[in-house]
Parts: sequence; structure tokens; C-alpha cells
Amino acid sequence: MTCTFDIAVIGGGIMGCGAALQLAGGGMNTVILEQGDIGGGASGVNAGTLSMQIKRVKLMPYAIKGHAEWESMGSSVGFKKTGGYTLAFNDREAELLNERMNMKREAGANITFIEPSKLENIEPHLTKKIVAASYCPDDGFANSSLTGQYYRNRIEEAGIHFFERYKVTGIRSTSEGYEINSGGETISARRILLACGGWMKTIAAMLGADLPIRARVNTVSVTERAPKFINSVIGHATGLLTMKQKDNGTLLIGGGWQGKGKPEDGRGNVSIDSLIPNLQLAQFVVPELSKIRIIRSWTGFESNVPDFYPLAGKLPNNDNVFILGCVRGGYTIGPYISKLMGDYILDKELELPLFDPSRKMEEGKLI
Amino acid sequence: MYDVIVIGAGPAGATAALETSYGGLKTLLIDEQLEAGGQVWRARSKSIINAPKNNYSIAGDDLRSRVGAGLVNILFGVRVWQIEKANDHWTLGIQGCEEKQVKAKKLVIATGAQERVIPVPGWTLPGVFGLAGATALFKEHMIIPGRRTIVAGNGPLLFYVASEVLRLGGQVSAVVSLNSRKDWLGVLPGMLRNPSLIIQGLSWMFSLYKNRVPIYWQHAVKSIAGKSSVEGANICAVDKNWSLISQGEQYIKGESVCYGQGLMPAIEATRLAGADHHFDEKLGGWVPTLDKYGRTSVSGLYACGDNAGILGADAAPHRGGLTANAIFEDTGMSNRVDINQKAYDASIKFGLAATKLSIPRAGYESFISAETEVCRCEGISRAEIDYEIKNGSLSPDAIKSGTRCGMGPCGGRFCNESVSILTEYLTGKNRKEIGITSARPPLRPVCMDSVSNELNYNDLPIPGVSPL
Repeated sequence: MTCTFDIAVIGGGIMGCGAALQLAGGGMNTVILEQGDIGGGASGVNAGTLSMQIKRVKLMPYAIKGHAEWESMGSSVGFKKTGGYTLAFNDREAELLNERMNMKREAGANITFIEPSKLENIEPHLTKKIVAASYCPDDGFANSSLTGQYYRNRIEEAGIHFFERYKVTGIRSTSEGYEINSGGETISARRILLACGGWMKTIAAMLGADLPIRARVNTVSVTERAPKFINSVIGHATGLLTMKQKDNGTLLIGGGWQGKGKPEDGRGNVSIDSLIPNLQLAQFVVPELSKIRIIRSWTGFESNVPDFYPLAGKLPNNDNVFILGCVRGGYTIGPYISKLMGDYILDKELELPLFDPSRKMEEGKLI
Repeated sequence: MYDVIVIGAGPAGATAALETSYGGLKTLLIDEQLEAGGQVWRARSKSIINAPKNNYSIAGDDLRSRVGAGLVNILFGVRVWQIEKANDHWTLGIQGCEEKQVKAKKLVIATGAQERVIPVPGWTLPGVFGLAGATALFKEHMIIPGRRTIVAGNGPLLFYVASEVLRLGGQVSAVVSLNSRKDWLGVLPGMLRNPSLIIQGLSWMFSLYKNRVPIYWQHAVKSIAGKSSVEGANICAVDKNWSLISQGEQYIKGESVCYGQGLMPAIEATRLAGADHHFDEKLGGWVPTLDKYGRTSVSGLYACGDNAGILGADAAPHRGGLTANAIFEDTGMSNRVDINQKAYDASIKFGLAATKLSIPRAGYESFISAETEVCRCEGISRAEIDYEIKNGSLSPDAIKSGTRCGMGPCGGRFCNESVSILTEYLTGKNRKEIGITSARPPLRPVCMDSVSNELNYNDLPIPGVSPL
């Protein structure tokens, strides 16, 4: 291929496609290179939760904007605003819930507390062992399975070139930019945006950057079609459970329980040692789930850096390579922060600041 | 911790398990059925236990008596839902018994075959049986699928099913064979390697002839008719690629249809265990990549029997014995099971010849009309899948994500083949290029309370809370 693109976006998930749409809209001749299917990585296999209650305080403004993006995509991505409850089952969790939700409310999320006794009428299938609960009417979910279909349509409409099954094997710097190789094929571009989620570290290394990126291996399970058990998104004070029921009756159970595997080795694997407590917790919260069957469990990679804040800016020491990833809550925030990223590359004024990958990162504390 | 766990107690798996336990290895044999024998040597239900014996029941009874002798540990009526490897051993999640997990140093997967059923209008009506499913009815219960049966599809199973229906007192309205007489002549040399089965085949044909059952060669069922259950089928001729030729349609009455297009290796377990697979149409489709002993690409993981390539019941015990030998060698033992190489070679030739009759052809695409339900769990029609492919979804995973096809309780076991056939037709890519959906547990739907014992909330292993 001799064509030189203004920019090559490596990674065809929400981040990559979202940025590409903004870049193409700004007049850049853009190409997306995706190792698998468009939207088939973490963007397409996560639990689809759009909850303000599990967003980080500092990222709340981005999450609120991201949520609005999802709402505008509507039924084409299976968007539902159901409201969500976060539950605590002992005093320690209640304290945690109280402290955290107050801070998130101050950061702009529409969160209130609700007496557990009042929940009995609203969500009658939940356990009666709830000690404290918070509520956010904006919480909901989208269907992550539809991410690929949605973004494929969008980038096709926008006339953006994209290559699926294009696994980048090498990147070479040239006088005009970069040559990106996949097996025998080469694509050249003046700039590069790395938006390849769990695979970011490997690709950045091809450009000589050693980024402190780790990948979490989050587990999600889905049940068979069940009677209506829950109407809203159900979470746990520790963040270790998310649960929602789709219109077809299936329940999606997540919460970030860790499977096994590394992005370099494939898609990751469910681990029985973490899947079981995940399912036990779900049954504890909705006891009637015990007789419902799980029909599928899987994992997706969620990358992060030590301070658990996004990488969104220029690759250190490199003016023409940009990076976007490690966004804690990336599914919710992705459609928005990717637009910002596009604006940044287009040298436009930014609505909210980005997150410089060259910053000093201290290890974020896990309580 | 077991030395060896074998999943599947058919002729291959049970042989492997018996041999490793004879050799002194602590072996566990697991099967979802209540007795050994697999599909082909399926045990009889109590109600027909005194019925006259036949080759299948004799071989099965012999296997069951050896398994029952107590040397090999068994868990029958138990389903494996998860397989994972940690360092030097395997952990299996199981359901249907008190234990929730079992562990072993070596794992043998002998999960056999599954049916290939190409959807046609009406294929989901009550009264439609898979060909292999029908044989299970005969063997276990001596039940026939209906008073008058239409037997349609391809391969040798057609004639076995038709003759069994007759033998058990039913009527066969017609045998509708995709294969032509010429197809059969082509595989005869291979089949002659097993004279006793040829004689058996001739007796099946004789019973059809005696009962004046019409055989439609190079014909297919175009649609199955009926309001609430099967009333009949429209059939028509097919060309060499098995594309429907619409002229000269005929309607045949019958209350049941036994329908199937051969067998495919049941590879979900080897895929979940992480083994490499490749596509080989001669062996029935996607198969684990093996050495001749049944070693997979993953150390400590073996596969034998029809899930390692459709070669049939005669080859299966030899394959089980070879796998036992690989395990002996890999554990540093000197024991070896004697393999009758000549008999094994003959069984392979026979198996390949039989499987050849069912190698899919491009015309299958024409069976599936636009409105035909391809994914019966989720109610997805061909038109929806075609639309998704034309819209740019090219991989089985992308099509599944976009349409929900294969997301139901069967996990895509029935529709994956059809989706690949449609992708092949619409994109011109071959099966290897198209690939296969990602392997995901559980292997069978698993009830949430059956994977673990009841929870004491305070025992939950809560890892670090997410960052604020």
C-alpha cells in the first residue's frame, strides 16, 4: 500500500473508532487498524454498565459527558437508563458507601441514599440483608455486543478506511512518518494514535516506549432467560458486583473478578477460583438466582497504569504518536474522551483537559 | 489428585481409562450418561434389558462389565462445565454429584461426535429428529420416532435408521439420500476394509427393498410441512453440489422426519482446554491438532475418539489404547497397550470412507431459505445473518455479537455450522479463513447453586476495593 494517511489509529474499539470519527470529521485522512473485529475486544465483551456510582471522583465530569453520548446512541447500542442501586451488607461496607457516594455526589453525580426498607417495594427480589443503599437515576447500561456493529456502521458512513484482522507486527519511523507492518502488508501514516486497550504496552514498545501498563482480566457471565428479578442496575459497595437484567430476561453478572491470561497470549480465560465467588455474590444479592443457569462466562482485558488514571495525550518524547487508553470506566467514558482526543490531535481547544502520559504516576491505593 | 481424568466413556475414552488404570495410574472416568458406552454402544433402559442382543449391545455390555469391575473410578451422570490448567495439573468444574471440582495431572478428552443438521423450513417442528438422535431412541428404548417416518440426509446412518424403524415395527415413507449411487460406489473400496459392516449394510438395504421403501438418490428435503407437528415433507432433486433443483418437487407424507447430514467432532472441550485446532473436512470439520497418539498442542492434554476426527466406533478403542500409551510414555512408564495396527488401519479406511459421504458441499446454502430459523435458541433467521454478514461482520464472533445467533443455551452447537456455511457462500472465504467462535465456559449450562456450596457472606474472598 502506497497511500499515506494523515493518521493511523491502531485499535478499532470505542476509543479508536471514536477518535477516528472526530479526526475524519476534522479533515484528516484516517485509517483504523484492528487486530480482530471492530469493537470485538474489551469494547464488545464488557458488562455494558453505565453507572455513575462506580466512576472515579476525578473522572466524574468525563463520565457524565460519556453517559450523554451513550444516551444519544440510543437503541442502536441497546441503551437503557434504568437507575441503579449500590448495596452494602455490613457496617464496613456501609461506611465505605457513605463516604464514597458523598464524594461522587459532590463531583456532580446525581446520587442519593435510600433506606433499605424502601428498596423492598422497588426491587422485591433482592435479599433482605441490605444494610445501606445508594441510588442514581442516571445509571443504566448498553449492550456491549452491539459496539462492533454500531461503530462499523459509523466509520463506514464517515468514509474512514479500516482493516480488520490487521495485527500490527512492527512499526518503522520514516522521514514522512511511520510504516506500520502486519505480516507482509505495510500502511504508512504521518501520525499514529495508539488506542489498543490491553495491547497498548506491546505496540508502544514497538515505538521504543516502555509504559507502566498492566492488564486486568475482568470476568462477565450471562444467565439463561429468567423471570423478572431486577429492574435496575445493581452494584456492590466494594465494586465487586454489577448486575442487570435485559428485556429478554437474561442477567449479566460482572464486578471485575479476575480471570487469567495476558493480552499477548490471546483473549484470556475464566478462572474457576474467581468465577465462583462472583456467582456466589450474585446469588447472595438475588437469592432466586440459585436455580437459574449460567450459559456463558468470558473475560475482557482492562488496562491501567499505577495511578489508575487515563493515558490520553502524546507518547512521551514523541510529537506524532498519541496514546489513548487505560481509562478507568472506559466503556462509559470512551465515546466522550475519544472525541477530546481527536480534538487534541486536531489542535482544537479542549472542553476538558486530557491526561498527560508523561506525568509521574504514583501507585493508586486499593483500600 | 488423579493421575488421569478421561471425559467421555464411549469406546475411545473408556478404553483409554481402563488401560491407564490397568497400568496402575489412578484414573477417573466421567460421563454425562449414567452408564458407559457413549452414543454408539449406548446402554439399554431397564424396560428393554431382555431384548435380543445385537453387535452394539454386546460390545457395549462387554465395555460396561470391564468399567464396572471397579479398577477405574467413575463419575457417571456428571457433567463437566469448566476445564482449566494451572501449572502442572488440570482442574475440572463438575455438576451432578457431591464433588464440585476434580483435579488430575493428565486429561483425556473423548467427547465423541455431534450431529450436523442443516436447517430447512420446518426443521424445528415437533417430530423432527436428528439421525443420530433417532439411533439413541432405538438403542436405549427401542422406541421409533413415529408411525410413518421420512429418513433424509446423507451417509450410512440413513440406511441404519430406516432399517431400524422397520425392524421395530414402524413404516418408512421414503429414504431421501443426498448421496448418489455413484457417491456410494466411490467409497466402497474403503468400506470393504470392514466386511462385517458391509454385510450389515446389505441387510439394511435388503430390509428396505423387502418393505418396498422408495429410495430417492441425490434428493433433499426442501421443507418439512405441518401445523403443530410434522405431517410430511417436500423433497426435490439436488445437483452435484447438493444445490436444490426446484423443478419436480414431491410431497411425501409422514409423522416424523429423521434428518441429518453426518457427524462433526465435538470439540468444545478441547477448545476450552486451549488446544490448537485445524479444519479437515475428511475428518468431519474442525479437529484438535494431534500426533498419532492423540497428544494435543497442550502438554498433559490428549484427545481420542470421534472428537479427534470422525472415524467411527471400530477405530475408537484403538485410538483410546494409543492415547493410554502416550500417557504411559509421558509419565515415564514402560507399559504399552498392544495395538493391532492392521485392524486399526482398516478401521481408519472404513471410517474415512463413511465420513466422506457427509463432507459438506456448497449447495447446503440453498437449503436454508431466508425465513428459516438458523438459531433456534434465539430465533434468528437466515435473513438476519445474511444482513449482518453483508453489513461487514465477517468472523463468527462478530456475527454472534451483532445478531445474538449462538448466544442461547446451546452455545452455538447447532447454528455455528450454518453460520459458517452462509459466511462461506456470501464471502467466498474458506472455513479455515472464516475461523471459529471463541471457546467459552460453561461447556453446558450450569445451575448457579450447583457450582459451589452455600456462601457464608463473611467468607467471600473480597480482593482490594476499586480505587476512589
